[in-house]
Amino acid sequence: MSKVIMTVDDSISVRQMVGFTLRREGYDVVEAVDGMDALKKLNGENPVQLIITDLNMPNMDGIELIKNVRVNPKYKFIPIIMLTTESQEDRKQAGRAAGATGWIVKPFKTEQLIGVVRKVLK
Amino acid sequence: MNDLKEVEKIYRQEAEERLTEIEETVLEIEENPEDQEAINRLFRAVHTIKGSGAMFGFNEIAEFSHHLETTLDKVRNGELSVTKDLIDLILKSRDYINALLKGDRQEVEEGHRIIAALERLVPEAKDEVRWSAQSDSDRCEDAKETTYRIRFRPDHTLFLNGTDPIALFDELRTLGECYITPLIKDVPLLNDIDPEHCFLSWDIILTSMTAINTIKDVFIFVEDSCELEIDVIDREGDLEENKRIGEILVDRKELSGEEINKELKKQKKLGELLVESEIVDKETIGAVLTEQKQVKAVRDKRLQESNTSTIRVAADKLDTLVDLVGELVTTQARLSQFSLNHGNQGLSSIAEEMERLIAELRDNTMSMRMMPIGTTFGNFKRLVRDLSAELGKEIELVTEGAETELDKTVIERMADPLMHLIRNSIDHGIESPEKRLEAGKACKGTILLKAQYKGAYVVITIEDDGGGLKVEAIKAKAVQKGLISKDADISDKEAFNLIFAPGFSTAETVSSVSGRGVGMDVVKKTIDSLRGAIEVKSARGRGTTMMLKLPLTLAIISGLLVRVGTGHFVIPLASVEECVELTGEIAERSHGSNILNLRGEIVPYIRLRDRFGITEDKPDLEHIVITDVHGRRIGFVVDNVVGGNQTVIKSLGPAFKHMKNLSGATILGDGTVALILDVNALA
Repeated sequence: MSKVIMTVDDSISVRQMVGFTLRREGYDVVEAVDGMDALKKLNGENPVQLIITDLNMPNMDGIELIKNVRVNPKYKFIPIIMLTTESQEDRKQAGRAAGATGWIVKPFKTEQLIGVVRKVLK
Repeated sequence: MNDLKEVEKIYRQEAEERLTEIEETVLEIEENPEDQEAINRLFRAVHTIKGSGAMFGFNEIAEFSHHLETTLDKVRNGELSVTKDLIDLILKSRDYINALLKGDRQEVEEGHRIIAALERLVPEAKDEVRWSAQSDSDRCEDAKETTYRIRFRPDHTLFLNGTDPIALFDELRTLGECYITPLIKDVPLLNDIDPEHCFLSWDIILTSMTAINTIKDVFIFVEDSCELEIDVIDREGDLEENKRIGEILVDRKELSGEEINKELKKQKKLGELLVESEIVDKETIGAVLTEQKQVKAVRDKRLQESNTSTIRVAADKLDTLVDLVGELVTTQARLSQFSLNHGNQGLSSIAEEMERLIAELRDNTMSMRMMPIGTTFGNFKRLVRDLSAELGKEIELVTEGAETELDKTVIERMADPLMHLIRNSIDHGIESPEKRLEAGKACKGTILLKAQYKGAYVVITIEDDGGGLKVEAIKAKAVQKGLISKDADISDKEAFNLIFAPGFSTAETVSSVSGRGVGMDVVKKTIDSLRGAIEVKSARGRGTTMMLKLPLTLAIISGLLVRVGTGHFVIPLASVEECVELTGEIAERSHGSNILNLRGEIVPYIRLRDRFGITEDKPDLEHIVITDVHGRRIGFVVDNVVGGNQTVIKSLGPAFKHMKNLSGATILGDGTVALILDVNALA
């Protein structure tokens, strides 16, 4: 069974790009538009093996999402990748503190995305 | 890349939506400058335009919106207040981005003016536009084999960030030869342990061609939450003396030189001594020893490579050796059995030692007989070249997996059948260039010859992109030869198998190269005698694929020894998946249909007792050995599963040639004979 990756971003183009890239690599992709949506979909039927989330989002931002995911026993230890920009060093630290596994600096190329996914997803 | 075009379109749409949002939000903010939520929304919109823009190649937009974002960030943090000037500028910026999006490039001046104005508002915001330059720091160091010592001491909270250290080790393993020693000295007692925390740390010795930065990159996500030291301990060209354990300890700053010298004076084995004196714990010594060993191994290998030598040995000597090892394995089984029955401790420890040594001897002997199949591939290249020229066809032979190793005997006996199959492909498979062009194919035909490992087997594939097998012609011929009746309704697959019937040939004219069919029965016989299998796939007009599945070796296999009544049988372990119990109750529940529900999957089973007509009383509790037969799971019911067995295969002799369900026999430790089941034939 192919692994399920959730991409959380309020930008449809980023979701499209992430989804398109990962599906081409044989992963299943679940898309969520913000933290709230992500939490809801995490409780769906398919267990998710990796979350890739943006940090800046309406309703619930990435940091809040990571905190909420980490208190869920089911997802306490899954890898979470955050999308950051280089100007957001403090946000990156906050993300780490909240429990993010790694990060990708935007803008990124598809190969970088795949590289990081392979790195954290066993 | 059509998909990228699609994504670009989506970006444009999205950006347009965001621009509208910016416009609305700015007007809201103008009315209520304290509306923090609106300001956040504004920031996010610009942020998205920038981030996505850079990703999809809208660099101008990205660069421009970066300036706007910087300004808005200040507003968001309360460092800059909302003024009419600012609102005007944001609106102007919005229009400018809109223009860029539509592709109006004449207004670059305008862009500069806006940026300048924004910078006037935020004097110190002349920031480093570093982000747009994605620097792939090129490393042009010479690739040299280097051995690194990596000391990885993660924080206890490692798991809480979703980091799996095993993934890190797996990644390291892809870089080169890797030895990992876990250090357990920080693990608390079971009572005090928090299973969600990581108390382990690791010493890793890695020999790799990669630069140190690549190794650091492996740990990039954890470098803030661990202690990480990476040191070079050996480099290609280094030929200094192998380091002693004490020297390594000093190198690693575990100890000072004086401490070592003091201990050395006691003249005991240093490692033991240090542990005894509780200066260094056992794991550290273990890690150090691994390091010492690896560096030595790397250097030894380097030395060896410069003077590798081989000996030529007559093949029959090797054959005799294999026979002798076979006898030895049988004798050893008797020894183990004997020692088991007598319960003499001294004897059984010797028997176990023997067992281990003989297993090693067996593996070694077998590996001597292995040859890369590529040695025969060379002949075929020539064959293809010559024959295709003779027939006026253009054919290319592509080979894959030439390094795949097979038992020498198997390779030798496969040479003729392979030659035959390739001839067939050249003569009948691949069409003439004219016909190929007509069919819309490249005028040069391709034959793929591929070998690959699959479990205890090697699969050799011969694939051509020719005309494929003609099912109707095969059927007609089979009717003519009396192999099938005229109105027989058979599948394509069954039809393909007809070509292996003796004397079968569909070629209208028998050419000098081959007559397809003549000899296919010989091919099949050879493969059968090697306990292999052949499968034919063909698509009309697209080509034919022959898949030959051959066992790695002929002499000794790993088997599972089972008992039915008083008789013993061996099931080749390569096809065994698992063993489950069969109680009378389960058997009853299937109402005699001989079907088992295995974790929700339906698995049919065969009673060996019935199949072999064994009448002795059956036990209350029987066992089912689940096997994989051609990708399907099938169970075999036996009385008892005895255990693993190194099976030396003996042929049954001509008298039992017709026995289809058995592939041979073996002699057990107590001297009795066990029959080897051919699960493919039984199922």
